Amino acid sequence: MTPLAKLLEAALFASARPIPSEELAALDPEASKAALAAALDELREHYDVDGHGVELVEIGGGWQILTRSEYTEAIERAQLAARPARLSAAALETLALIAYRQPIGRAEIEEIRGVSVGSVLKSLHERGLIDVVGRGEGMGRPLLYGTTPIFLEYFALRHLEELPRADELAVALRAEPRTV
Amino acid sequence: MTGTAAFPWAAPDAPAPPPSFVIELTEFSGPLDLLLTLIREEQVDIYDIPIARIAEQFVLRIRTLQLNEAADYLEMAARLLRIKAQMLLPRADGEEAWDDPRAELVRRLLEYQQMREVVDVLERAGEDRRNRFARAYVPQAPAPPEAPLALSLSELLAAVDRILRVARDPAIHDVIPRAIDVPGAIVVIRDLLAIRARARWTDLVPYGAEPWQVLSTLLGLLEMAKLGECRVEQPRPFANVEITRDAASEAA
Repeated sequence: MTPLAKLLEAALFASARPIPSEELAALDPEASKAALAAALDELREHYDVDGHGVELVEIGGGWQILTRSEYTEAIERAQLAARPARLSAAALETLALIAYRQPIGRAEIEEIRGVSVGSVLKSLHERGLIDVVGRGEGMGRPLLYGTTPIFLEYFALRHLEELPRADELAVALRAEPRTV
Repeated sequence: MTGTAAFPWAAPDAPAPPPSFVIELTEFSGPLDLLLTLIREEQVDIYDIPIARIAEQFVLRIRTLQLNEAADYLEMAARLLRIKAQMLLPRADGEEAWDDPRAELVRRLLEYQQMREVVDVLERAGEDRRNRFARAYVPQAPAPPEAPLALSLSELLAAVDRILRVARDPAIHDVIPRAIDVPGAIVVIRDLLAIRARARWTDLVPYGAEPWQVLSTLLGLLEMAKLGECRVEQPRPFANVEITRDAASEAA
């Protein structure tokens, strides 16, 4: 491995969270953008080709070393690490709407889901998956919500565009609101 | 379908629902979810929903689910029944002028179904991430202990001297052992009660008694009352305390 790839590996190993690309670049001010990308590729290939228990994953504009899923059961059985609890269906539905329609207010989410979502919004906000990104027009200037970098981390997404576009879904829906 | 079938929860023979009420159902995440499930189960066309059948099924289902209290479900039930009523109204001759009362519902169902597709995507992605562990969080090392004071002995003595010079002369107290004689006081009280069935506090503690005598007598009295040898009464606050031999211990 090149010295730069080793340096990146050491930094990624030392961090519990994904390291943004800019912070990786700051590790070696001499290295060019291309050299950095090449070193990351080299590290990923090193893990993939040589056969390692961990892999290099791109998440939310950063990079992270994660264990491979085939070892999850063994690790959990040995109580070395535990998988986090799954999100409830209500939480996932609310997140799905916020991810696609952000910025979106509570009333619109409730209109689409057909249930009240106050407590779900609160717990998603507490977990850092969503945040208030502004206030809407109209009565009471309602809070508008959007997803956070932790949302990308939770679902191991590189960016929001990784989610299927609305017109790629089986039930493609006209985006313009109710003109029935 | 009959009116009673449309409102089965109003059946008089309905058993009392259990007091517990679960808002977050694991099976359905809301009325639209339940509605979509019914449409799938009944295998009907979402653009041409047989509203009477689906409404009946919906109401039946929320009854078996004991969801009667859930406003969200009841609101949907009411909406379905209203659409059903609108469908029964005679139509005007011009068919194209007819606004399908189901249109809004269909739009909402499609919108909801689209969201569920995204939920599936998120669920898969979340599950995939759950199955991979990151490096565990490493807590910060505790703060190192404070560096020891670098002082010479003479500096330390000078500091003590400085403080002592400012301080006033210390008041020296003589500490003497506690002069309370509870066993002695008990003997005195017993002797008195042996002659008299009833005594008063002032009989036990002479005027001008020392504090240790007062305390010894009080503690002795309380001890004897606890053991049931005598009864201690005070008719009103600050009155003279009356001591009587305990009837039970006397009988024994």
